[in-house]
This record gives sequence, C-alpha cells and structure tokens, in this order.
Amino acid sequence: MNVTNLFKIAFRAIAANKLRSFLTMLGIIIGVASVITMLAIGQGSKKSIQSQIAEMGSNMIMIQPGADMRGGVRQDASSMETLKLTDYQSIKDNCKYISAISPTVNSSGQFIYGNNNTPSSIYGVIPDYLTIRQLSVEDGEMFTDADIKSSAKVCILGKTVVDNLFPNGEEPVGKMVRFNSIPFRVIGVLKSKGYNSMGMDQDDLVLAPYTTIMKRILAITYIQGINCSAITEDMTDNATEEITSILRQNHKLKDATDTSSADDDDFTIRSQEELATMMNSTTDLMTILLACIAGISLLVGGIGIMNIMYVSVTERTKEIGLRMSVGARGVDILSQFLIEAILLSVTGGIIGVLLGVGASYAVNILAKWPILIQPWSVLLSFIVCTATGVFFGWYPAKKAAQLDPIEAIRYE
Amino acid sequence: MDEKNKNDNHKVVIELQDVKRNFVVGDETVHALRGVSFKIYEGEFVTIMGKSGSGKSTLLNQLGCLDTPSSGEYLLDGVSVRTMKKPERAILRNRKIGFVFQSYNLLAKTTSIENVELPLMYRSNVSAKERHDHAVGALKAVGLGDRLYHKSNQMSGGQMQRVAIARALVNNPAVILADEATGNLDTRTSFEILVLFQKLHAEGRTIIFVTHNADIAHYASRTITLRDGKVCSDVQNDNILSAAEALATIPQNTDE
Repeated sequence: MNVTNLFKIAFRAIAANKLRSFLTMLGIIIGVASVITMLAIGQGSKKSIQSQIAEMGSNMIMIQPGADMRGGVRQDASSMETLKLTDYQSIKDNCKYISAISPTVNSSGQFIYGNNNTPSSIYGVIPDYLTIRQLSVEDGEMFTDADIKSSAKVCILGKTVVDNLFPNGEEPVGKMVRFNSIPFRVIGVLKSKGYNSMGMDQDDLVLAPYTTIMKRILAITYIQGINCSAITEDMTDNATEEITSILRQNHKLKDATDTSSADDDDFTIRSQEELATMMNSTTDLMTILLACIAGISLLVGGIGIMNIMYVSVTERTKEIGLRMSVGARGVDILSQFLIEAILLSVTGGIIGVLLGVGASYAVNILAKWPILIQPWSVLLSFIVCTATGVFFGWYPAKKAAQLDPIEAIRYE
Repeated sequence: MDEKNKNDNHKVVIELQDVKRNFVVGDETVHALRGVSFKIYEGEFVTIMGKSGSGKSTLLNQLGCLDTPSSGEYLLDGVSVRTMKKPERAILRNRKIGFVFQSYNLLAKTTSIENVELPLMYRSNVSAKERHDHAVGALKAVGLGDRLYHKSNQMSGGQMQRVAIARALVNNPAVILADEATGNLDTRTSFEILVLFQKLHAEGRTIIFVTHNADIAHYASRTITLRDGKVCSDVQNDNILSAAEALATIPQNTDE
C-alpha cells in the first residue's frame, strides 16, 4: 500500500461527499479564522498603545541634579548645581544608546503682549528637544544653532500661550512678546498636543535657546537638567546605566571599596519605562484573553471534526466493510480516515487563514481598529488546527479500522 | 468419466478439510459448520445452496477468508488460511478473491471506473496507468465499456451489479465469490447477470455462487447443498442450461 494511493483514496472519499466534507471543515475554518483575527486585533491594539506611549516619549530619559543638604536641611529636589554643560557634552559624545539629547534650563514668569498676559514657563533647550518630546513646529520655524551661539532672544510659543496672548486670532509669528521685562521675538508656534494622560496641559510652554535663558534670564553657569531619548524603548535601561557611569566619572564619585561605601549619586535619572511596562502588560493580557477565546473556538472546531468523522464511520460502515473485503487492511482504513481528517483540517486551515486575514483587514477598514497580523500567529493556528485534525481524527479512524468486515459488509 | 478427467487435469483452487466453525452466544455454543469437506477445481461454476440457518453465510465467510475455521483446514490456492492473521487475510482477499454482493456495495457517488479500480488501489505495485487499463478491461468484459464515468447513482441495478462483477474481476482472482448476486434483481436482469457468469465460466474462471434460489443450479456445473452445517449433497450438473436461451424466452421489460 503506497502513500499516493492512500491520499487518492482519501481524496476520492472526500470528493464523493462534498457537503459533509464542507461541514466538517467549517468548524476548523471558523476556529482558525477567529484565532487569526483575534490575535491581529490584540497585537494591533498593543502596537497602537505602544506607539501612543512612544509619542508621549516612552524612551525619554530625564537627568536632574540631586537634592542638596545644607546644614542638615534637605533642600528642594534638583537644588544642586552639579550638572554642567560638560556633562551634557560627554553624555552626547559617549553614550551609544541615545538618539537625541538636549540640556534644559527653565524659568517661570509672566508673558506679556499688548494688554494680554499669561503665566507660563520658558524652557531653554536645543532643537533636538523637539524630537525628544515629540513636539513639532506648526507655524514659523525652530531656532537654529546660530541663535544658540548668539544667545538670540527668540522663542517658540505653545498653543495655550498663543491663545492667551493673541485672543483675537492675530498671527503671532514675528511679534515681540515680553517675558517679565525681557523682549523675545516669536519665530514659531508649536503644534498642539492637548492634555496628557495625567491631565497636564502639554501646550503651556515656551521654548528658547538654552544659552539665552542661562545668560540673559537666570545668569547661571550650570544647567538644570538634561533630557534625552534612548534609541528604542528597550534600550532605556542600558542608556540609564551608561549615563550613570559617565556622570559618576565626571563628578569624580568614588565607587565602593573595601573600606568605604560608594558615594551617592548627585543626580537622578528618570524614565517612562514603568508606564510602558504597565501598558504592555495590559495589552498582553488582552491578547491572551482573545487568544483563549479563539483557542476555545478552535477546540470546538476540532470536536466538530471528531463528531462528524465519528458519525461518518457509522454511516460508512458498509463502505468500510467493502474496502476490507476487497483487501484493505485495518491499517489502510485507519490511514484513510486519518488522512481524510488531516486533509479536511489542513484545507479548512488554509481557508481559515485566508478568511482570518481577510476579516482582519475588514475590521481594520470598516471599524478602523488597528490590526497587526504576525506570521507566528498564522503559523501557530495552522499547526494547531492540523494537530487538532490528527488528534480528533484518530479515535474515529481507530474505530473504523477495528470493524469486523463480516458485520460491516452486511450492515444496513 | 468426465468428472474424473476434469479432476485430474485441473488444479485444486479450494480445499476444505473437515472445517468446523463454532460461535459462542451467551452460554450456548452454536455449531454453524459441523465438519465440511470438499474440493473445488479450477474452472468450476459451483452453486452453494441451502436454507437460511444451514451455514451458507458462515461457509461463504470461510471461503472469502473473512473468517477462520474453529478447527479443520482451509487451503486457498494451496495456502493455509486457518493460521493467518487479519492483515495477511486482507492481502490474500486482495490477490485471490473477487466478491460480488447481493446489494452491489458500490461506493456512492463514485464513477464505475473508480469503483472497479478499488481493489488495485490497495496494491502498491500497480501503477496508476496499469490500474486504469485493468479497470477498463474489466468493465469492457462485463459489457460496460461505454459506462466508464457514470456514477453509481446514475445506473440501474443490473448495471451496478455488472460494475461489481468487473470489480471482482479486476484483480484476476483465483475464485469469484458471489453472494446472492441476483437476489436484488428482476427476473430478466437476473438472467442477464447469469449469462455474464456463464460467459466468465466459459472463459475458465472459477465461480462460487451462494444462493437459496434452486433455479440457478441449472446453469452451474456443480451444486453443493448444505443442511445444518453439513454438506448433504454434492452433485455434478451434466446438463447445464444456457442462460442466454432462457433470457431469449423472457419478454422485454416494458417499463425500462
């Protein structure tokens, strides 16, 4: 008995009863299609949430000086004056895991234009800051390196500041506004980002060259912070470690030795990783939930195969008897039924994959839900459905093979 | 005597030596065959007759290698069947025996040629082309050369039985076992099938025809009658009637 013939026999048996074969496949088709669709939706929302976090700057790292102790009294957070431009420069030059970096200094005060005024904060940064915070300039343009070198009195306004200073819809670009008593020329307006998930207005800020803030407003030689982006979210940890070691070296902080403990860091590094981790675990949970539901439907599909194969063994008793009388051995009958089950589940699997991919795109187009079809989910559901076919086809096949030909041939 | 010569010249296809078959039903043992012995030679057309309960079916199962004797010996083409395992008997059936059943037992919604190919499908040493050629040959031999691709549900009873006979012929068996092969057919079609069996007999095939219809014995070369699990008579038929002549006397069916 060769395998080609077995396949031919099984194929002819399937073709001889198309409706029954189709109904058998239906369970598997629905099972596989739902697994793929559910996973596509789950993965899609995960990716969409990830990109939302990334928009908030999930890979953002904030370095601030530590709190000082003066005469036993702990001062404000970030009160130390230990962060210098040289720290910024050496992190920029030496850290492999960051893609953008900017020093930050800031001051709060009143902005005035004509007879309107509004309180806000002015941030002294470099143009990279836009990348780090995922900001973009809507009208006008960002200041340049030349502006930084010359400590130019130029600024970019956030949308909230614009609304408060120019309530009548005037064009802000080109106008002169005053911060406290210092005049700044508006060269651009930031695109609105709205409120973040913590309820903070992300548009209530003004950007200016850091040199301008340091020299003309604060008159300081240190910087108040450094913001940077890790290349990807996953590299945040590596970047943090590296920055720590660079800063400890720059600040000549001693590592732990046999006789003394290590000096404390005189800076703090914060990242958004915790937020990202939480969001990921939420979407992972959702994906698992969807996969479970889909898995159950696949199982039901498998039981459907067993059910119909089982009934089909009874229905086809006479056929089995005939096959045995013309020389089919038990193993031939077993193989035939098993191959039938496999052919049905594989065919059902292929149709299910096509249907699932189609349904995923339909969901994407009609309901505007984000989807992501991953090859492993297609492969997984396909393998599972084939395994289901073999597993659930085995018992009916075994039963068919054990029939007594004498009784089977006379079965009515 | 003719019989003597025949027995000398022809080899033994089937030899039963005191075959007994007992079934245990509950506490009782039913003796379906109580010691049956006979030889069937190549080229014989034997009818096995008997009332229901005479052991006919049990004997047919023995002859068809579907079952094994409780005691005694059964040699098919010189091979002992009694000690064979199920898979070995399946292979033996595939090579040596062609079955024809009362209810045709064709595969549903399957073409004649695929039905006839079936026994050869279970052999690995027959190529697809050989299989097809053999099947076409067998179908032509039963007069269905023009019905190769008709499905079983598109044919009359007589045609279906011809397909079944073609299926029995396709593996060139040592013996054709027919079990009430005309039982489901009307008189005219029965005679058509009998004509076919006589033609096959004339071509030298060995045929065993199990039936309870005494008329069929007239068209066979030998009749073995069973009663209560034993052979009660075994007679040669010296005056074989021609089924073709009988068929000529039957009026054409008008409703077909």
